Amino acid sequence: MSKTAFKRIYTRISQITKATCSLKAENIGYEELAIVGGRLAQVVKIVGDEITLQIFSGTEGIPTNAEVMFLGRPPSLRIGQDMEGRFLNAYGDPIDGGPELTGAEQEIGGPSVNPVRREQPSQLITTGIAGIDLNNTLVTGQKIPFFADPDQPFNQIMALLALRADADKIILGGMGLSNDDYLFYKKSFMNAGSLDRIIAFVNTTDDPPVERLMVPDMALAAAEHYASGKNEKVLVLLTDMTLYADALSIVSNRMDQIPSKDSMPGSLYSDLAKIYEKAVQFPDGGSITIIAVTTLSGGDITHAIPDNTGYITEGQLFLRRDTEVGKVLIDPFRSLSRLKQLVIGDQTREDHPQIMNTAIRLYADALNARTKQENGFDLTEYDERALTFSTQYKEKLLAVDVNLSMNEMLDEGWKLLSDHFSRNEVGIREDLVNKYWPAEK
Amino acid sequence: MTRGKVSGIIANLVIVDVKDPVVQNEICMILHPEASLMAEVIKIGENKAYVQVFESTRGLKTGTEVEFSGKMLEVSLGPGILSRNYDGLQNDLDAMKGIFLRRGEYTSPLNDQKRWEFVPLQAKGTAVIAGDWLGEVTENRIAHKIMVPFTLEGEWMIESIAVEGKYTVNDTIATLGNKTGEKRDVTMVQKWPVKRPLKAFRHKPRPFRILETGIRAIDTLNPITEGGTGFIPGPFGCGKTVLQHAISRQAEADIVIVAACGERANEVVEIFKEFPELEDARTGAKLIERTTIIANTSNMPVAAREASVYTAMTLAEYYRNMGLKVLLLADSTSRWAQALREMSNRMEELPGPDAFPMDLPAIISNFYARAGYVELHNDATGSITFIGTVSPAGGNLKEPVTEATKKAARCFYALSQERADSKRYPAIDPVDSYSKYMEYEELQESLKETISDQWTGMVEHSRDMIIKGKEVMEQINILGDDGVPIEHHVLFWKSEVIDFIILQQDGFDEVDRMTPLKRQEYMLKKVLGIVDTEFRFAKFEEVAEYFRSIINVMKQMNYSEFHSDQFRDYETQLDSLINERNIV
Ligand SMILES: Nc1ncnc2c1ncn2[C@@H]1O[C@H](COP(=O)(O)OP(=O)(O)OP(=O)(O)O)[C@@H](O)[C@H]1O
Ligand SMILES: [Mg+2]
Repeated sequence: MSKTAFKRIYTRISQITKATCSLKAENIGYEELAIVGGRLAQVVKIVGDEITLQIFSGTEGIPTNAEVMFLGRPPSLRIGQDMEGRFLNAYGDPIDGGPELTGAEQEIGGPSVNPVRREQPSQLITTGIAGIDLNNTLVTGQKIPFFADPDQPFNQIMALLALRADADKIILGGMGLSNDDYLFYKKSFMNAGSLDRIIAFVNTTDDPPVERLMVPDMALAAAEHYASGKNEKVLVLLTDMTLYADALSIVSNRMDQIPSKDSMPGSLYSDLAKIYEKAVQFPDGGSITIIAVTTLSGGDITHAIPDNTGYITEGQLFLRRDTEVGKVLIDPFRSLSRLKQLVIGDQTREDHPQIMNTAIRLYADALNARTKQENGFDLTEYDERALTFSTQYKEKLLAVDVNLSMNEMLDEGWKLLSDHFSRNEVGIREDLVNKYWPAEK
Repeated sequence: MTRGKVSGIIANLVIVDVKDPVVQNEICMILHPEASLMAEVIKIGENKAYVQVFESTRGLKTGTEVEFSGKMLEVSLGPGILSRNYDGLQNDLDAMKGIFLRRGEYTSPLNDQKRWEFVPLQAKGTAVIAGDWLGEVTENRIAHKIMVPFTLEGEWMIESIAVEGKYTVNDTIATLGNKTGEKRDVTMVQKWPVKRPLKAFRHKPRPFRILETGIRAIDTLNPITEGGTGFIPGPFGCGKTVLQHAISRQAEADIVIVAACGERANEVVEIFKEFPELEDARTGAKLIERTTIIANTSNMPVAAREASVYTAMTLAEYYRNMGLKVLLLADSTSRWAQALREMSNRMEELPGPDAFPMDLPAIISNFYARAGYVELHNDATGSITFIGTVSPAGGNLKEPVTEATKKAARCFYALSQERADSKRYPAIDPVDSYSKYMEYEELQESLKETISDQWTGMVEHSRDMIIKGKEVMEQINILGDDGVPIEHHVLFWKSEVIDFIILQQDGFDEVDRMTPLKRQEYMLKKVLGIVDTEFRFAKFEEVAEYFRSIINVMKQMNYSEFHSDQFRDYETQLDSLINERNIV
């Protein structure tokens, strides 16, 4: 933070808590930034002439006579072409050893799009992963998280998906990323030769957790620049939003707010919605698509973080390690893409909706059969068939390591159905069965 | 005018130092140099007003001037509300400039240039009271009544009334006078504070007539009435919004008001884009013509979210007083409750359960009480049917918003995660859900008349079968397929036929999405015919296979135009399937 105008310097802090400090000052704007003893801080409360500042990196070691200087502006990012291919920290300062950004300062966390100016998300995104493309089809302008246990390879899947999806820009917002994962992303993007399409804002586990709170707004301000200003298709990756929410709870806790469920702030829904709702399809073709990661603890999706997320996003992709086939799957039950109906059967083949639903329904039959088996009952012949179907379905379609084109997925679906079931067991509209049912062997 | 100065800012709660009188809930403007920000007084202390700002307070400083309006949050009522897209404060979203919302941009809810063809309905010299119809204009095919201002008390005399002709909303169309010599010029616009119920009707009898939605799991099993209340709780992704959208498209209403309250913007866009294209099956008009959308999505200011449901309700009351059937939908009332919670916490009020404000149940029940079927003073009737969604935290229905709503709403459409997971849409749980109206003799009578004498009996019968089917399934799960008699399997599969053919409905299929009552009756008869037939099976394995093919054929019937050749073909197939195994 180098900018010094003719700003008054204050040196009398009256109160210091774990995250905040208070002092008397005049003519201060709400949410304005300040530097406290060299650390970045933001105005979170004004009562009379007493100003409370939240210090992002914590207050440890801050003396009461620390120099406090107000910057007279809210958090901002230097937006310009020299962001491209860069790795930046939560404040938008380079961490890749490259030069400082020189673009124009632009406020982050700005206003939202007027809903009547939005377009309906409409363009199919393909990833080659059938658990996504076939069962949970993604669309530009969508917002969707992976729900995953912390030990699952979600960062690998995100990187893969980002590189396969044909986006003009990929913006990574890393929150509490381990250093190894940070280097992994960096390497994957470099190896794919697409570094100039990438901008990364990274807060690693080495950085203070509260700094993370800036990352999504930074990433999305950059995204808006390309999507709204230059009509580009922008993909924003936010990982891990659970760590973001944890930082929110740290702050609200330190500010003595009444916690609601799971010690999260009562405003968690609004806080998360403000971020996710930045996903948008603009009328002139630009779009912001947000793919996030929400890690679960012990697979519990009723915890306030995944729960509120689910209420905000347009579906979720649920990662699960399957012991039978020994692979990570996109679980068809808990996963959902709510925007899929905008494109399936329309931008994809007409049989897509029915194949998708039927296969999942039969998979459910297999799970019932499995329960029956586990309870020690005999299986019917139908149950047996459902079970073999489900094993193959998992291997050939649900596993995250498949890479197929849309039509290959659909054909594979028909093949699996016809291998294990008869035409009148599948309950698909007859004209489609007549057209796509594979010829009898 | 009372003036004050900002002395504190905590997110969107602003403290204003003020010496002159201030009214609880009045609106004030904070004269921030970038843009004046609208706010509502929510608490008053000694020389201090606590106001919630309907916008972001970023950059606001202490010392900023505040002007108090003396008025509560009001909406403008007049022709031109239909087909509009408003935010929670009734700003016309289409009239705003630019792609991004700019704070402090307030736009007029009505078009004051447009000239409406006014037809007087009353003559000079007639005595009138608040809410009486003075005249009408045609708004999107609807006879939009111009009413005596709701704020007028007592009896008034029409001293003059405009002749038939074109007028703008602000032209005077009548002059009224009362005994004390007061005079009032009446235009086509009037204002009303949103938090106060708009009455001006004679009385509110119990609802008695079904409001057809075309959704079988509602109309057949748990019908809602014209003027009824209902709510749809369910975990995320179980289909609350899809169900509400289906209701908004299909319900037999004159006017539909959709309040998108703290939910996704893309879902509102869906309505913006589709409603101008889709037709109302009953009138042939485009759906948008009967619809008004209040969009206060989750990224829009939280305080305005709270206002949005009241704005929507007041618009509904206005059209109801014209003798129209209004359907009001709010998605999601939990977001409104959360908005209340955020503010109550910021004011450091003593929290109730889950940190919601203590008076939440009262607030919810007062709101639901504004719905209903009414008789107006001129004997015409009107109604507001209200259906809200509830988004319970963690999907657990034992939480304050669900519990409070359960006490206020008469229909309960519980969406079940299990049904949604197995794609049994709409995921309305047939056992837990209820419509209290089914117990109303008035409704039973009217169902007899409009459908048939046997109808309620048939519905009871199917409900029994669903419950029995569920019990039998539990037994089979415990004892195993061959641990129970074959009849158990038959019973279970008969209940599956009801489930697949009546309860499940493909919301995205052109034909299946909407089933008129006549067709619902026809299919229920067909299904119960099967339920009441005795079938012959040698082994239990045959049962599932047989019923799967019955279900398959009947689903094809659901996908075919009613009584089309295709429909009949499948029906013939079904009959021969039945004849294969029935015992006559
Ligand atoms: N009747 C239906 N037919 C087919 N699919 C449906 C139906 N209802 C819901 N779905 C599927 O479920 C998804 C989620 O539905 P919906 O958006 O209505 O859920 P919701 O309960 O409103 O969730 P939230 O609380 O998060 O808003 C839809 O996008 C669709 O894929
Ligand atoms: Mg919804």
